Order: sequence, then structure tokens, then C-alpha cells
Amino acid sequence: MGNVGAKEIPELFGPDGLRTDGRRPDELRPLKITAGPLHQADGSAFVEWGFNKVMAAVYGPREVHPRHLQENHKAIVQCRYNMAAFSVDERKRPGLDRRSQEISKVIAEAFESVIFAEEYPRTSVDVYIEVLQANAGTRCAGVVAASVALADAGIPMVDLLPAVAVGKVGGKLVLDLNKLEDNFGEADLPMALVPQSGRLVLMQMEGHMHRDELGQALDMGVAGCRGIYEKMKAALRDRYAVAPVGASTGAAQ
Amino acid sequence: MNGRIYASVLGLLSSKPPVVRVVPLSGRYIPKANDVVIGTVTDVQGTFWLLDIGAPRWAPLHMTGTPWKIDFGETGQYLGVKDSVVVAVESIENTGRIGVTMNGDGLGKLEGGTIVTLSPAKIPRLIGRGGSMIQTITRMTGTKVAVGQNGRVWVDGPEEGIRRARECLRIIEEEGQRSGLTARIQEYLDSTEDPDPRGGARPARPRLDSDGSARPEFDGPPGPHPLTRLPETVPEPEPDGPPDEPPPTEY
Repeated sequence: MGNVGAKEIPELFGPDGLRTDGRRPDELRPLKITAGPLHQADGSAFVEWGFNKVMAAVYGPREVHPRHLQENHKAIVQCRYNMAAFSVDERKRPGLDRRSQEISKVIAEAFESVIFAEEYPRTSVDVYIEVLQANAGTRCAGVVAASVALADAGIPMVDLLPAVAVGKVGGKLVLDLNKLEDNFGEADLPMALVPQSGRLVLMQMEGHMHRDELGQALDMGVAGCRGIYEKMKAALRDRYAVAPVGASTGAAQ
Repeated sequence: MNGRIYASVLGLLSSKPPVVRVVPLSGRYIPKANDVVIGTVTDVQGTFWLLDIGAPRWAPLHMTGTPWKIDFGETGQYLGVKDSVVVAVESIENTGRIGVTMNGDGLGKLEGGTIVTLSPAKIPRLIGRGGSMIQTITRMTGTKVAVGQNGRVWVDGPEEGIRRARECLRIIEEEGQRSGLTARIQEYLDSTEDPDPRGGARPARPRLDSDGSARPEFDGPPGPHPLTRLPETVPEPEPDGPPDEPPPTEY
């Protein structure tokens, strides 16, 4: 993440004020969401967001494993965020590390706050997030993928959870950091929003930001989330769209 | 919320004033009392078995809920892990516990055959209006089919018939939301018509022994002729009625 020891900070804005990848400061990277690519899981989603590729699969509600985690009055949400060994430039040591454990925990807690867990006592909703290719903002991509997968699994929720990061780069606030901006920027603020209520259920920050900037950053992020929200809904609609009669077979599956 | 109604699950809106409901398009099987379901044994205990019926929880099948006279600890001799059974959902407790029973007509252990899993939301389409779809499939493929409301479908019969019935199930699973499904199935079945049609060669009805010592309807076809019946989906079987109708499907 914050690559503090880097000696040379590359130029992060062009003379026209555009970013390294040609985006305006408040522009998202291209986002493509596919709902339901996996058959074995109860629900699934694949998200391609800039150069990120994230697959999410949801199982449940199902029996809790291990049993002692079971709660008698509600379902628990278990999440496993994992980065593939080949997801980054240098091979990552496979398995859960401290970073992915932390991300798993905050994502599980974000979803706990939107899932109607009381409907399924003594069960578990298991969310698996696999990052296949990483390019900054994978936890947000993971939240987006997981939330579409949860909807695909038919799990009752208050709302979908769009998520995006806002960062401070070269003294300016920018939406949806890319890898370069993440590495050489001053701050990174990922967040997940409940669009119906405007509540934020995931927010983390790394780096430094002025208090006034924080307010602006949150506004920017919320606006970004609303755009993502529409794409998430569209992905689910596509998945269950009724093809016209006589159309070629097996479109969705 | 704010005078508006929001759905908590993904589904189709059906609004018949004053009722608004969302028909879910996906999700696990949510058990209802009196549903007939197909379960697989996942655990054997001294007095009961735990069944995976595709629901959020495993369902305990107590030995008193079976037609067998079992002593404590003998449960494993009757049903082992991975055996499949047709059971009826008796009760859902507010703890989420699902009570099931194997006492009842058409319930029992499944022998032979194969189990295909569909999404539970597709089951009404598989059965069709008044059982028309399922009747077409069993008749044209010469198979026996047991349909569980939990999306599991047991198919037995001649190899070729099973293959064709499975293909029908696949079509229903993939195209079940479209209109013209019956025509599509008919078209498939016609195009793969059995070269040796067995029209009218229905064998005697399987006996429904009430002592349940041998539930013969699951013991595979006695002769070369397949049974074109699906007794498992009937609450109460009529003596010689048409192939059984499924429980009413309120969709």
C-alpha cells in the first residue's frame, strides 16, 4: 500500500489535469459486473474494475462450521477475502495474511449490518472473495462482487452495497484510485454505502487528510457509490432477464 | 420505508392489490410444512438421522418418523450417510429446526436412480399445470420421477430414458423463466423419440404397503417396463387415477 520509501514520485496528473489513466478526478475506472457465473455456489458474481478482477461466491444460509460459532437467534456472516498468488506483480505468498484477515473481517461486518440475519437462526452465510488480479481498490471490488453474489443467492438484505475508494493524490482528491495513485498518493479512503439510507457500513483510511477534505472525500465517494449501485442493479437484471421466446438457448447459464 | 415498499430479495414483483409480493428468483429452499422433499443423509445418530434437504439447516429425521421398528443405536442399519430419502416436512419451529417424517404415502428410501438438483424456484415449471409437464416427461421417457419441492428430482428407468429426462430437466432449469417451455420440451422429446415406444405398456401400480417394510415403489421397475408414475409427489394417491398430481403450486 502506501509506498513511503519511494524516492521518485511519478507525475500523477497531466498538464490538462487528467490522471495517469486519462480520467477526470471524479471519474471511475470502467466497471463490468457479471452476476451468477458460478454454478456450484448459491450465488456468485465476477467484477472487472479497471485492472482488478474479483470473483465472489456465496453459500448459505447453511449449517455453521465450526459449530461453536453458531448463534441461536440469527445467522452469522463469515467472509474470506483472499488474493491469488498470481494477482500481483511479484508472486504473493498464498493464503490468508494479516491484511486479508483484516479485510475479511471488515467486509463480514459490513454485510452483517445489511443482511436480515434474524430470518435464519443458527445458520451461516459464507462469502468467499477471490482476487484474481489486483490493481488497487480490491476490497471495494470485493464488496461489490460479494453483494451482487448475495443478491444472486437470494439472501434477504436491506440493500446492495456499492463501495469505492477516494484518495488524496498530489494534494488533490480523486475518486477510485488506481495502482500508481494508491502507491504514491497521500491518502486512501475506501468506503461502502447503503444507498437507501445513505449509511456507510465500511470505512477505512490510510494516510493523512485534512478534516475539510475528509468531508469532501466522503461526498465524492457517496456520489461514486451511487453510480456503481446502478451498475450492480443492471448486472442482476441482466442475469435474470427473460430472453425473448425462440432466442438461442442457455444465455444466462 | 418513506411510504414506499422495498424488496429484501431479488425477485419478480407480483402486485394484486391489496397484496404486493415478490416471487424470489433464486435462493435456497425455504421449507414449508407439508412439502415433500428429497433429502440426503449427512449424519447418523443413535435415534435420528440428519438430512440435507437443501434448506438452511439440516433436518433431523427421528426414528419414530420412519416405518421401521428400530432400537436405539440401530439407525445406521437402515439408512447410512449418502442414502437418499423422500420425506415430508412436518413442522418448522421458530428456532429454524425442520421436522421431517418418512411416514406417509409415497415417502421412503430411494433405491437406484439418479438425483438431479434444480433451483427450487423452477419446480412449479417442472410440474406444470396440474402435473402436465411432469406427466409428459415421464410418459415420453419411460422413467419414474420423484419431485421434491426442494428442487431435487429423482429419476429412475432405462438408461436412455434417464438421459432424456435429465436433458428435459436441464432445459427447464435454463429456460424455465421463458414462455413456450412446454413446446420446447415437447420438441426435444419428439426429436429424440424412443425407437421402441412403450405406449400403454404400463405395469401394475406399485404396491403401497402400509407397513412400509418394503416400500416397493422405489425398488426399481420389476420388469423391463418402467413405471410411469410419480407417487412421491402425491399427498394421497388415488387408486387408479392419472399419474399423480403434485401438491398445488400457488405461483
